[in-house]
Amino acid sequence: MRAFTYERVRTPAQAAAAAALTPGAKFIAGGTNLLDLMKLQIETPSHLIDVNGIGLDEIEPTNDGGLRIGALVRNTDLASDARVRRDYGVLARALLAGATGQLRNKATTAGNLLQRTRCAYFYDTAQPCNKRQPGTGCSAIGGVTRQLAVIGSSEACIATHPSDMAVAMRALDAVVETITPAGTARNIPIADFHRLPGDTPHIETVLEDGEFITAVTLPSPLGGRQFYRKVRDRASYAFALVSVAAVVQPDGTGRVALGGVAHKPWRVEAAETDLPRGAKPAMAAILDGARPTHDNAFKVTLAERALAAVLVEARS
Amino acid sequence: MANVSFHVNGEVRSVELDTRTTLLDALREHLLLTGSKKGCDHGQCGACTVIVDGRRIYSCLTLAVMHEGSEITTIEGLGQPGDLHPMQAAFVRHDGYQCGYCTPGQICASVAMLEEIRAGMPSHVTADLNVAPQLTAEEIRERMSGNICRCGAYSNIIDAITEVAA
Repeated sequence: MRAFTYERVRTPAQAAAAAALTPGAKFIAGGTNLLDLMKLQIETPSHLIDVNGIGLDEIEPTNDGGLRIGALVRNTDLASDARVRRDYGVLARALLAGATGQLRNKATTAGNLLQRTRCAYFYDTAQPCNKRQPGTGCSAIGGVTRQLAVIGSSEACIATHPSDMAVAMRALDAVVETITPAGTARNIPIADFHRLPGDTPHIETVLEDGEFITAVTLPSPLGGRQFYRKVRDRASYAFALVSVAAVVQPDGTGRVALGGVAHKPWRVEAAETDLPRGAKPAMAAILDGARPTHDNAFKVTLAERALAAVLVEARS
Repeated sequence: MANVSFHVNGEVRSVELDTRTTLLDALREHLLLTGSKKGCDHGQCGACTVIVDGRRIYSCLTLAVMHEGSEITTIEGLGQPGDLHPMQAAFVRHDGYQCGYCTPGQICASVAMLEEIRAGMPSHVTADLNVAPQLTAEEIRERMSGNICRCGAYSNIIDAITEVAA
């Protein structure tokens, strides 16, 4: 691990200001992903701003019947919250499908959104990676691609976003609240928060330098039946090959977002009109334009079958 | 360098350390509490699991300086020879190990895990999110998936945990 200086801050405004003051600074909350990457010298911050003393660890009702989740709410607490379990089952299920008890006890809501890809080539510092070292090339393309993206990828990067939580939030139309170093608050729809790789895969979100996430808000509950079906290589503690977050209404309409297939949670609202006709037409529309590799073409079929299983369960 | 003070197994401990020092290295190298083990050092094996402020965490994936004032319990704090924690005694009784390297992490994780079930926290295998989770082998397996046993003592580990939970 490279040496760094360290400070603790007490307010979101202090956090954003401290980040603006020190180039190369990073916020640290749970730290479970950041420290892993620092040990490998994939992340090399010169300064860490510890935001664990900042508060923002409450889940509060909003005026329009939704929930406001503080940025520092731990994944365990979010998944265990009675309101989340009752009204946002897709989110509780997604959280519980991710990581392990030990990691969920540390991982925060904002940190989960900001975690980096688990692409093996991003982790292998002996190989070129446009995300790790912009302009060096993508070793994954033409390499072992079984885990990697099938849609929305580019010639520069075929990594996936690893979060389960974010996929559920995408289905729920969550909004990310931030404060900029200048002190301005802004609200970013989750659909716009993560970027596709394009030719700048190292830029993963629309956050500005030093911009600090304060909360994620959920709109009022959607009702219906809610599912998070995650398909992976082992029954627990593995990243998704494919995951399906779905909210299905009694009339068969609903929402679907996918994990494990793209550089961001993948949702195509226009495709959801096909949902009452079944998984095949709906998934064909959701994954229209997919460019899988030889190794991961199975994900297209797997996504359709995972959605089919969800729709069967929804009718049961 | 930085100074940090925390409570470890009920005692106040103050250490001066490099900011890069993980909680695991602080416990092992600075406080000589070598019960917590370094397996992968990347949060994949669970051997470093300790209980901080009542919650099990991987001590390899957190910095010591982030734990000013924390209450930390390691395997040494759960019990000692002659005065074993019930979970330690159950692991002995059920032969819940072979080489023993993962055992401190398994025991710290399982003690905190049972508290999570008692507090009603759901898991991936909890059928109904709105009902308190049941104490089943399936629940224990899922909740202990963050602790790997390379010797494969899992069935005996489940037996030990089940006995303590009963």
